[in-house]
Amino acid sequence: MKIMHCPLNGPRNIQEFVYGGEVRDMPADDASDTAWADYVFLENNAATVVREWWMHAASGFWFIAERDTRTDEILRTYAPDDAARTDAKTGDA
Amino acid sequence: MPFGLLKFGLSKTYPARRILPRQQDLKSRYDVVIIGAGGHGLATAYYLATRHGITNVAVLDKGYLAGGNTARNTAIIRANYLTPEGVAFYKESMDLWRGLSDEFDLNILYSTRGHLTLAHTDGAMRTARWRAEVNKHLGVDSELIYPDEIARLCPQLDLSKHVRYPILGALHHPPGATARHDAVAWGYAEGAARHGVEIHQHTEVTGINVSGGRVTGVETTRGTIECGQVLQAVAGASSLVAGMAGLKLPIKTIPLQACVSVPLKPFLDPIIVSGSLHVYIWQTSRGELVMGGATDPYPLYSTRSTLDFKEGLMAHILELFPFLSEVRLNRQWAGMADMTPDFSPVMGMTPIGGYYIDSGWGTWGFKATPVAGFRMAECISTNRQPDLLHPFRIGRFESFGQVGEKGAASVGH
Ligand SMILES: Cc1cc2nc3c(=O)[nH]c(=O)nc-3n(C[C@H](O)[C@H](O)[C@H](O)COP(=O)(O)OP(=O)(O)OC[C@H]3O[C@@H](n4cnc5c(N)ncnc54)[C@H](O)[C@@H]3O)c2cc1C
Repeated sequence: MKIMHCPLNGPRNIQEFVYGGEVRDMPADDASDTAWADYVFLENNAATVVREWWMHAASGFWFIAERDTRTDEILRTYAPDDAARTDAKTGDA
Repeated sequence: MPFGLLKFGLSKTYPARRILPRQQDLKSRYDVVIIGAGGHGLATAYYLATRHGITNVAVLDKGYLAGGNTARNTAIIRANYLTPEGVAFYKESMDLWRGLSDEFDLNILYSTRGHLTLAHTDGAMRTARWRAEVNKHLGVDSELIYPDEIARLCPQLDLSKHVRYPILGALHHPPGATARHDAVAWGYAEGAARHGVEIHQHTEVTGINVSGGRVTGVETTRGTIECGQVLQAVAGASSLVAGMAGLKLPIKTIPLQACVSVPLKPFLDPIIVSGSLHVYIWQTSRGELVMGGATDPYPLYSTRSTLDFKEGLMAHILELFPFLSEVRLNRQWAGMADMTPDFSPVMGMTPIGGYYIDSGWGTWGFKATPVAGFRMAECISTNRQPDLLHPFRIGRFESFGQVGEKGAASVGH
């Protein structure tokens, strides 16, 4: 069984987690269609250590993991930093 | 009788059939370089040589001949897709498949078995009906059938109502087939080589040279090659190779796993797929049960196998065939699938002159081997996107022109 360390709940079976894609900056509201299509559809799909969004499904907690996409080694997991969290809360929806 | 075998092996009366000529030195220039000696790259080389007279071609592979997903797939061939674009495309592939043994003079064990996509929910019944109508409209034999007919075609299935997901119906696709995956690659490789195409194994492409918006050559672990045209057909490595040319793709590389059981007496004729249970199963002519499911839950550049996959798969297989509970597994393996968001390929011309792409084959590209090769050869020789490939062009995402094939491809191969 593969274990992932949830920053909120501690070590858990990987089956309890949902992969949420690479951490990337969202384009500005007035960005071009090309920039939005890139953000929505295109992938870096790199074979290296990548920062990714993950969610602990049972608690609905989103966090960031640094994972090597060649070996599946999870190097670090942490809660999104305060700046990102404030953005998400106050960002005009 | 070991001595008899040895005598046979050494006898000049029955020389071994050599598929590939001995490996030559790399030339410094070819007209066309194909990256990836899987089924798709080899088929393209074959049709370039046999249909378009383009023979100054090198096919390069970092590993051995057809050792990627071509060697790892579960060999299901069908055309019962959901979108008209997809159905027309896969139908052409099946028409080519049927002639391949004759064309190669090599038995690729093409075997028409019939294919059943089981539906366990109203939603799945609706998709099955929809697919049947699109298929029939385009001349592909498909029909929605109900449990009485399913019982006739596959009496081994548990069709009782007292299971968690009772079977309500199925999409029946009589031409559904399987073929020997290695033989397909060998047939294309041998035919291409006979026409002068060079196939270089253990030759990795490490860079792509582009100048003034046109491709001029490739860097390899055995030196630089100049060429006027390059095709990449590298499945799981699509993003990495495209990246060398400065292209970004709508692709995630996600492992797809499969397994086979020990051989059993023949009992299962059709190919059985359940989209709702995420499993498929068929029996080979050697008696093994070939089983697989959906891709892994997250991307990875690795061919490792997991216990999670087996546990999930078996739980569902046993809902369909409870009597298999004592059967042992023989082998388990994985390949790296190049998954697109709309479950359709990315094929044809690219923004770089002379650079062509054949990618986004995910879990569904084995059946497309002949048509992909046939049409990519046309694309390269005419330097224009064939009409059949227009829906799969690389730029479709920018104009939100996806070809949503998910209803037909989320598990079925
Ligand atoms: C477990 C599994 C089951 C499947 N089942 C089915 C099925 O039942 N039906 C179906 O239709 N499809 C199925 N598929 C999908 C199918 O296998 C693939 O889509 C298809 O085989 C792709 O063929 P290809 O020639 O494009 O790629 P491959 O056969 O993977 O060939 C690509 C080649 O490129 C080479 N390469 C990569 N990078 C480089 C480089 N830098 N330089 C040189 N060479 C390079 C690799 O070594 C490899 O040999 C399955 C896939 C898997 C993994």
